[in-house]
Amino acid sequence: MSARPVTLPRWADVYLMPALNVGLAFLASGLVVLAIGESPLEATTLLLRGALGHAEGIGFTLYYTTNFIFTGLAVAVAFHAGLFNIGGEGQAMLGGIGAAIAALMLGSLPGILALPAAILAAALFGAGWAAIPGWLQAKRGSHVVITTIMFNFIASALLVYLLVDVFRPAGMMEPSSRVFGEGGKLPFLHEIAAKLGMKLPKSPLNLSFVLALASAVAVWLLIYRSRLGYAIRTVGANPTAARYAGISPERITILAMAISGALAGMMAVNEILGVQHRLLLAFTAGYGFVGIAVALMGRGHPAGIVFAALLFGVLYQGGTELAFDKPNISRDMIVVIQGLVILFAGALEFMLKPWVAKLLAGGEQA
Amino acid sequence: METYLLALGILDSGTRLAVPLLCACLAGLYSEKAGVVDIGLEGKLLGAAFASATTALATGSALLGLMAGIAVSLMLSLVHGFACITQRGNQIVTGVAINVLVAGLTALLGHAWYKQGGRTPSLEGAARLNEIQLPFAATLESVPILGPFYAEVVSGHALPVYLAFLAVPLTWFLLYRTRWGLRIRAVGENPAAVDTAGISVTRLRYSAVLACGLLCGIGGAYMSVAQAAGFLPHMTAGKGFIALAALIFAKWRPVAALWACLLFGLLDAAAIRLQGVVLPGIGEVPVQAIQALPYMLTVILLAGFVGRAIPPKASGVPYVKER
Amino acid sequence: MSNPAIRLVGIEKRFGAVHANRSVDLVVENGSIHGIIGENGAGKSTLMSILFGFYEADSGEIIVQGKPIRIRSPADAIAAGIGMVHQHFMLVDTMSVAENVMLGMEGGAFTESGLSKARAEIIRFGAEYGIQVEPDAMVGELSVGLQQRVEIIKALYRGARILILDEPTGVLTPAEAEQLFRALAELRRQGRTILLITHKLKEIMAITDHVSVMRRGAMVAHRKTGETNPQELAELMVGRPVGQPVRAPGITGQDVLLDVRNLKVTDARGVLRVDDVTFAVRAGEILGIAGVSGNGQSELVESLAGMMPRRAGEVFVCGKPVPPEADAGTLRAMGLAHVPEDRQRMGLVTIFPAHESAILGRQDNPDYGTGLFIDQKAAIADTAGKMSRFDVRPPDPLLKTANFSGGNQQKIVIAREVETEPDVLLIAQPTRGVDIGAIAFIHRKILDLKAAGKAILLVSVELDEIFALSDRICVMCGGRLMGMRHTEETDQNEIGLMMAGLEAKPGENAA
Repeated sequence: MSARPVTLPRWADVYLMPALNVGLAFLASGLVVLAIGESPLEATTLLLRGALGHAEGIGFTLYYTTNFIFTGLAVAVAFHAGLFNIGGEGQAMLGGIGAAIAALMLGSLPGILALPAAILAAALFGAGWAAIPGWLQAKRGSHVVITTIMFNFIASALLVYLLVDVFRPAGMMEPSSRVFGEGGKLPFLHEIAAKLGMKLPKSPLNLSFVLALASAVAVWLLIYRSRLGYAIRTVGANPTAARYAGISPERITILAMAISGALAGMMAVNEILGVQHRLLLAFTAGYGFVGIAVALMGRGHPAGIVFAALLFGVLYQGGTELAFDKPNISRDMIVVIQGLVILFAGALEFMLKPWVAKLLAGGEQA
Repeated sequence: METYLLALGILDSGTRLAVPLLCACLAGLYSEKAGVVDIGLEGKLLGAAFASATTALATGSALLGLMAGIAVSLMLSLVHGFACITQRGNQIVTGVAINVLVAGLTALLGHAWYKQGGRTPSLEGAARLNEIQLPFAATLESVPILGPFYAEVVSGHALPVYLAFLAVPLTWFLLYRTRWGLRIRAVGENPAAVDTAGISVTRLRYSAVLACGLLCGIGGAYMSVAQAAGFLPHMTAGKGFIALAALIFAKWRPVAALWACLLFGLLDAAAIRLQGVVLPGIGEVPVQAIQALPYMLTVILLAGFVGRAIPPKASGVPYVKER
Repeated sequence: MSNPAIRLVGIEKRFGAVHANRSVDLVVENGSIHGIIGENGAGKSTLMSILFGFYEADSGEIIVQGKPIRIRSPADAIAAGIGMVHQHFMLVDTMSVAENVMLGMEGGAFTESGLSKARAEIIRFGAEYGIQVEPDAMVGELSVGLQQRVEIIKALYRGARILILDEPTGVLTPAEAEQLFRALAELRRQGRTILLITHKLKEIMAITDHVSVMRRGAMVAHRKTGETNPQELAELMVGRPVGQPVRAPGITGQDVLLDVRNLKVTDARGVLRVDDVTFAVRAGEILGIAGVSGNGQSELVESLAGMMPRRAGEVFVCGKPVPPEADAGTLRAMGLAHVPEDRQRMGLVTIFPAHESAILGRQDNPDYGTGLFIDQKAAIADTAGKMSRFDVRPPDPLLKTANFSGGNQQKIVIAREVETEPDVLLIAQPTRGVDIGAIAFIHRKILDLKAAGKAILLVSVELDEIFALSDRICVMCGGRLMGMRHTEETDQNEIGLMMAGLEAKPGENAA
């Protein structure tokens, strides 16, 4: 068995391979649709129409996209430091708790004061929840993968406890907090548009979409342009070189986890401050795990992540509409596609590589 | 006496709740001992639960259901093996992929086939694995202390329960008394040692991953055709991850795994029973605290504050010959 | 006449651009101890890995006991009666000695009977060859000397008639090495054949019957041990100096810029790697440290560079004391630069574009922007300048670091470390894996630095290099510095013998 690494030209590595792998995932998804007796082509048409065919659908698509940009960026930042943060769910829950505490306390103030505080609280709570596993890996040698999984469950238990025993107003059955004051609600985009005299259909799309795009730009600046990002990438690629350069891998591990957690926590800005306006159970809905697929598909680059998040936004919104039209294809189809993307673009990332290399080499010789 | 019976009740339900944990935990033990980290236990359990319920429903035979569960879990193991062993892919990513894929696929297919929001219709009669009454359970019940224990806790479980508990000594024997076990333990610590001894690392790791699939299959089948009467989407509810926690807690040892799973099963049972109960001196115990306890204990152990959990040295690392 | 135990004909092996074995021929007689000697990287280990089936040769023939065979895997080698004691032991720490010995030879599906057989054999081998080990001890709890015995027993248990030992004494204490040699002699007496890979002349002279010398992947000489001497072997091993020293003699400055006193360094496992080392380097001086790799040079340099903590001792850079907890960044700020021994492992980040590798360790330097961000344009322009001054090819600052050849990667590292005008330079293995043209260029640059009044500590396993550049030379052996010499007052033979662990002439301290 020869372990000679196969090398591809840069364009093939950066664009062709991910495209092929994601294509393979969609191909497999098509087979699944076929297996439950529906036409993949028809399903795709319905899905795209549902997601992009009308203004309201686009609003929903971008609302989902917002969540995935945050969680995808979170996974990517940790990845650049060589860390696998599976704890996006838990960090988002903590972000929600932080945002809710701030919004409940400050909701009577004007939004211009209350909202930045609530957003900051979401980021800080998420950061703290991720920094602990980071610290445990850096200083105590316990692996971040396992601890973040454990922290997801602990966060979930904490959220249930807080909602049932602390935040729930007396006499209410549903485990949820009271609705925030006006100052704790992020404006919907259709509201902003209305103020500007434009008419947009109602959708959950809110200002946090802009925050998500800004975060993507900020992460790009952080990772590829800042000194801290340089240190993060050095630690991720070669911890010995980092030590050689006077960069402490321990410090960077904790910092990178904290930034990753802050981004995951900000997912709650969209869900809690932007849409629900109260803290409730299960608002993370597995979006933290979608972040893994998004980050893998986007290859850790913010531009790729925004693109992949949009694709998953289309899948989530289109999938919901598809489930209406084709009751056989429930929304779970989206989760299947997500799993297949992780499988082909992540776990089997290099499966096609020797084959593509041979093909390209053959093309050059011919 | 009443407290004793209450305790026995908790012990009995704790035992039942521990079974899927134990299966998945031992499954993970084989895989990780051989150097393949498996965070896809959850997905394998869920896939097996679904396949068992649907097959039992279609054929009316619980036993066929069990076999189908095992078959599907083995297939998932092969996917895991192909990605991690043959393709040398990232073991964590592969595990996540399996979990997500199975969660989606089972719900989707369940919904498409039965139109009940992903759940299967209730299994009845021979389509369920029924409880086996051990001999003399009724007669011995009158014997003080031990009688009720035998009748309540030991007797009256379905086949997979006994299989799971039997798997503990069997696993110990396989790992520590057979050629295969010796090689499995070696390949998870130092694959180069196995390679230079003229043994195929790839074949060994595949065999361990398949053993993992077999056990997850039994655990998943138990959940849908014995413990419950059918499949519910996401019915494993993190059991695969608690099993992972138990595995770490047991420091990758079979007998300790039994105790860890029983402990976590009991905590689960206690959490259900203690809902709203006011304990003297403590007040009302938040159920969530008990539910989170396994995870917190594992984190504390992993951090090395109490003892030290050291995984097999080569686990998580694909084997590549070095120059 | 009986067939030789092993006959190798025309063995070739390449790893990418590295030509590890060039048309190697070798004959090993039955019942002899055959030494193979050569410097690090001469291709000895590769050759033995081919013989044991860990790699397959690109071409060439292997004939064992007169029969041509193909060895595609260790299983084939074992079947042919070849056993190997690897430099890095192939043992499972968490299993017992007996379990390790029987691995792959269990003799049945259950381990019970195999274990008792293995236990009995371990005791028998122990008594017969003087290599006793407790069969039920945990391997991870044994000393390295005992672990090595387990490796030997493992090979014997597999019926090895031919035993390969790869640098077996590197990890042993002198007493342990003594015991090992007695065991080897006993094995030979009983008709087994032993191939001993080493770079220690003393061992070759003490125990072998025949010796073959390897240099740069090729077999350069075969001798009967009785008919040669250490001087001849050292010359064969090191080779003739390629060209005259380019050294500019004389030290240009007076100030001591690097002052190291009683330095002790332990590694992560607590093993003492640098043992009470004291030296000083003056401005305009190159101090060369020769030595076989693995004798503490790496730890010495990494500790001075702030990558490893020091256990004891004092270090002064430009007269200022270096605090014990100083990291690499602090030391750079004090005026120190470091060309590391392994550019891929620490000197560069291979997946980065060149301009990012070219600021490694200087990432906080205001030349590349102030504040939170790195000024990409400045870094790229700066790198382009370095590339033209150091003749890096291709001169493309955006090209991925991994895509440069070894020599060009090394030029990037040296350019980066040199151009910040440091006062003290630590330079380790500056020309390892670098092509001839680049070697001359790099040597010239190092001499320019000396002329500019820098204090330079040069560590190299290449004696030619040490002699070409250094003003003073000392040898590092077993973590200690020994035999400081002025370059004019010594020669390669003397230093080569010291490196090989032979006694230095006492009383000639040039410090």
